[in-house]
Amino acid sequence: MSERTLRILVGKPGLDGHDRGAKIIARAFRDAGFEVIYTGLHQTPEQIVSAAIQEDVDCVGLSILSGAHNTLLPRVCQLLGEKGADDIKVFGGGVIPEDDIAGLKSAGISEVFTPGTSTEDIVKWIGTNIRPRA
Amino acid sequence: MSLSEKVLTGDVRAAARLMRDIDDNRPSAVTELKQIYARTGNAYIIGITGPPGAGKSTLVDQLTASFRKQGKKVGVVAIDPTSPFTGGAILGDRIRMNRHATDDGVFIRSLATRGALGGLSRSTSDVALVLDALGMDIIIIETVGVGQDEVDIVKAAHTTCVVMVPGMGDDIQAIKAGILEIGDVFVVNKADREGADRTARELAAMLEMRDTPQGDWQPQVFKTEAQRGTGIDELVGEILTHRDHLFSSGLIETFLRERNERHFVDILRDSLYKHAMAFMDRTATLPRVLDGMADSSIDPYSAAEEVIAEMLGYDPQSV
Ligand SMILES: Nc1nc2c(ncn2[C@@H]2O[C@H](COP(=O)(O)OP(=O)(O)O)[C@@H](O)[C@H]2O)c(=O)[nH]1
Ligand SMILES: [Mg+2]
Repeated sequence: MSERTLRILVGKPGLDGHDRGAKIIARAFRDAGFEVIYTGLHQTPEQIVSAAIQEDVDCVGLSILSGAHNTLLPRVCQLLGEKGADDIKVFGGGVIPEDDIAGLKSAGISEVFTPGTSTEDIVKWIGTNIRPRA
Repeated sequence: MSLSEKVLTGDVRAAARLMRDIDDNRPSAVTELKQIYARTGNAYIIGITGPPGAGKSTLVDQLTASFRKQGKKVGVVAIDPTSPFTGGAILGDRIRMNRHATDDGVFIRSLATRGALGGLSRSTSDVALVLDALGMDIIIIETVGVGQDEVDIVKAAHTTCVVMVPGMGDDIQAIKAGILEIGDVFVVNKADREGADRTARELAAMLEMRDTPQGDWQPQVFKTEAQRGTGIDELVGEILTHRDHLFSSGLIETFLRERNERHFVDILRDSLYKHAMAFMDRTATLPRVLDGMADSSIDPYSAAEEVIAEMLGYDPQSV
């Protein structure tokens, strides 16, 4: 049977203004052979979840610089759960303090990448932790 | 319930998963497609093609908004290129359509070309069938827009819109061969830019230079500003006029026959290829052929005929 191609949604929820980091990670994912659904700036959790379901992605990567990660990331997980789609994994990156990570993980976030994590490491994490669905 | 049964009840998640199975070439997708096929054929399909950056996705967003105002459900299939080096892709068309993301009457799916060359992915027609079965009234397909031979859309869409931008006048001369033939409607987008009138005039002149037999559809040129939503009502009006023409002239019958032929022949070709590869695998034919070619005891032409003869019990030489 043919191999599945991994599909990842990369988005940027919240109000802050640039998506340089999100674009860099989107390119790294493409270069790793993934299909990246890039949804751009200023996404609400509702928009992200709806797109993730319509696109049948295996995981959602969210870049957050605004400091609103403690509300936005858990909200995405919660909405996925409500739609019966909590098999779609969520990870975050951007400016997220170490102290917040444990709380985010207990809210269902699979992983949090702090500033300075290389794109290689993120791709490697995906490779070992995210399987395309059966 | 099977995926196809769920799709027929309007289940969005099931539809998304079936689309993935289609795109990933799962054998189960064929079983499901057989179940929905009889329930399709209701959606009107609009193709949007034109070079990258012309504003296709922005236009799709505006068309979607317009059809939603009329109470129509809208499915969108947006195709972007797969990187030939890594097999990955960045699918970015949704960026322009985010306002529809949470509208239950809109379903947007991004697809990568995965090696297909005609401007669509191999899966596009079948993904559109799923949207049709899901109850979408209108399906808009946005092609990749990189090549000059993006002609597949003509067979897939009832109405094909070719999108251009001002200043392409010189290029039109160069690309006219393909592009003039595929459009039912021509759009000069970015009409806020200098030279829009001139590009529209030149395009219209070139379209008029063709001899269109009496009674045939004569494509017109429309100016739009997709970003601001200007000219969209006129464009939608023209698409609907073209639809009426298809039905009233009876051309719809020819269109459907040609579309079905393409769809069937594509499926047959893929299926024959898959079966031939599986057959060669089972019979360990490939190494034998390659050995034979290495010492020139066999030529690839005869080898291919032999595979077909053995597999189908049918001798290509006898025809
Ligand atoms: N000036 C101007 N820019 C536009 C217009 N429509 C779209 N754009 C911009 O053109 C760029 C490419 O648009 P997009 O819809 O992604 O084009 P596509 O690659 O053909 O799908 C974006 O920055 C749009 O905002 C327009 O009518 N006028
Ligand atoms: Mg586009």
